[in-house]
Amino acid sequence: MADLFDTQAGAPRADGTGARSTGTMLVKRGLAEMLKGGVIMDVVDPEQARIAEDAGAVAVMALERVPSDIRRDGGVARMSDPEMIEGIKAVTTIPVMAKARIGHFAEAQILQSLGVDYVDESEVLTPADEAHHIDKWAFTVPFVCGATDLGEALRRISEGAAMIRSKGEAGTGNIVEAVRHLRSILGDIRKITQADSAELYDWAKRLQAPVPLVQELAETGRLPVPLFCAGGIATPADASLVMQLGAEAVFVGSGIFKSENPSVRAKAIVEAAANFRDPDILVKVSRGLGGAMPGLEIGSLETKLADRGW
Amino acid sequence: MKIGVLALQGAVEPHVVALRALGATTVAVRNPTELALVEALVLPGGESTTMAKLLRLNELEEALAERLAGGMPAFGTCAGMILLASGVLDGRADQRSFSAIDIDVRRNAFGRQVDSFEADLDVTGLAGGPLHAVFIRAPFVERAGADVEVLATVGGHPVCCRQGRVLVTSFHPELSGDVRLHQHFLELAAT
Repeated sequence: MADLFDTQAGAPRADGTGARSTGTMLVKRGLAEMLKGGVIMDVVDPEQARIAEDAGAVAVMALERVPSDIRRDGGVARMSDPEMIEGIKAVTTIPVMAKARIGHFAEAQILQSLGVDYVDESEVLTPADEAHHIDKWAFTVPFVCGATDLGEALRRISEGAAMIRSKGEAGTGNIVEAVRHLRSILGDIRKITQADSAELYDWAKRLQAPVPLVQELAETGRLPVPLFCAGGIATPADASLVMQLGAEAVFVGSGIFKSENPSVRAKAIVEAAANFRDPDILVKVSRGLGGAMPGLEIGSLETKLADRGW
Repeated sequence: MKIGVLALQGAVEPHVVALRALGATTVAVRNPTELALVEALVLPGGESTTMAKLLRLNELEEALAERLAGGMPAFGTCAGMILLASGVLDGRADQRSFSAIDIDVRRNAFGRQVDSFEADLDVTGLAGGPLHAVFIRAPFVERAGADVEVLATVGGHPVCCRQGRVLVTSFHPELSGDVRLHQHFLELAAT
């Protein structure tokens, strides 16, 4: 692959000396690093993608129905039509993500081939495999996976996920589950940093997670990949809350395009994520947004999406 | 010397870690007050379109333009390079860049994420052998002005350039744990 690099003679030019390695963990995690502090927005058509990019989204998630509609319609939710994803790719310059069903590696292969920038192996779609998640090491495209607790997060990382998002409860506009999941993940990490070396084996057993990942956590005090938050974010204050709790970026699904004024709300959430510790800015951006999406009480749900995946 | 890291969005922390490892004092810059505290600025990777919007929303755009025009040393990586360039190709029509270095850059020039890569690069004037570079949906330089030094290329395209006290890279030296370019920037800024 040396010919990929410029080998022309003549100072003061330099030339590359090594081959290009694609699809490495560093390259996969690298894109997640670039999305930090940002807002990733669910969009169902090119028009929404444009609104999202105009509002300052760092990436869009292309899907056919936002989670609140999937919840309402019922039935089997699958990967989106490639044509629809291509339509969104064509109008945006920011990264485009798309969802595959849990365990559905053929959908993931199709999404990789389409050139999406991140695959979300998502509990929002109907799982395709009741025991196995996708072997994500087998792919060049990076994966994000949901987690409700630290064990789930570490299992997904051991399968090759390059980004974890707390699951929350998608399509509810209710932040309580996202808070529970974030607190569970980050609370256990804090405890592990206080554990002695013998206790780490017990932690690994309880979390059903690989010992080396638990040992690494104890050393660094953080997941080896970025931790974002999803599921229930509907307001700028919600974004600030989860980022103050320790999320490094947020996914907003139904919260934007099921609200009264998507464009204004999208901008406000972008500004809130960037300035999540600044109450003065949060006051400013929370004013006059129109109605938020209608929320759902968790106790009233027939299906808890967060229970999908293991 | 206080080194600012533009902290609106993106891979802010790895730059802070690299600069602190070299003994620099760092300040996260989100508004004009914080910008006024620093003598040099690192513009990190992230989404350049998002950063450009947040610069405006946080009323930082004009203050930053003024400091850069006044010769503040700056180091831009990836999206940071796009912000410092004089021209942006394949960008958004409303995308602001600050003309701190006389280059035109093409966004996402190496392709999408599946084309993102790592490679060892020879960088002119950098002692200690090749630099391990991480390219994430990276831009490259389409045109470099006469006063711009091209320090490294990939496939004939400049990916590391310097003009005066402004340094830019298409890639992410902050992600590979090699702090030699940060060291070089601190030396540039001190001149």
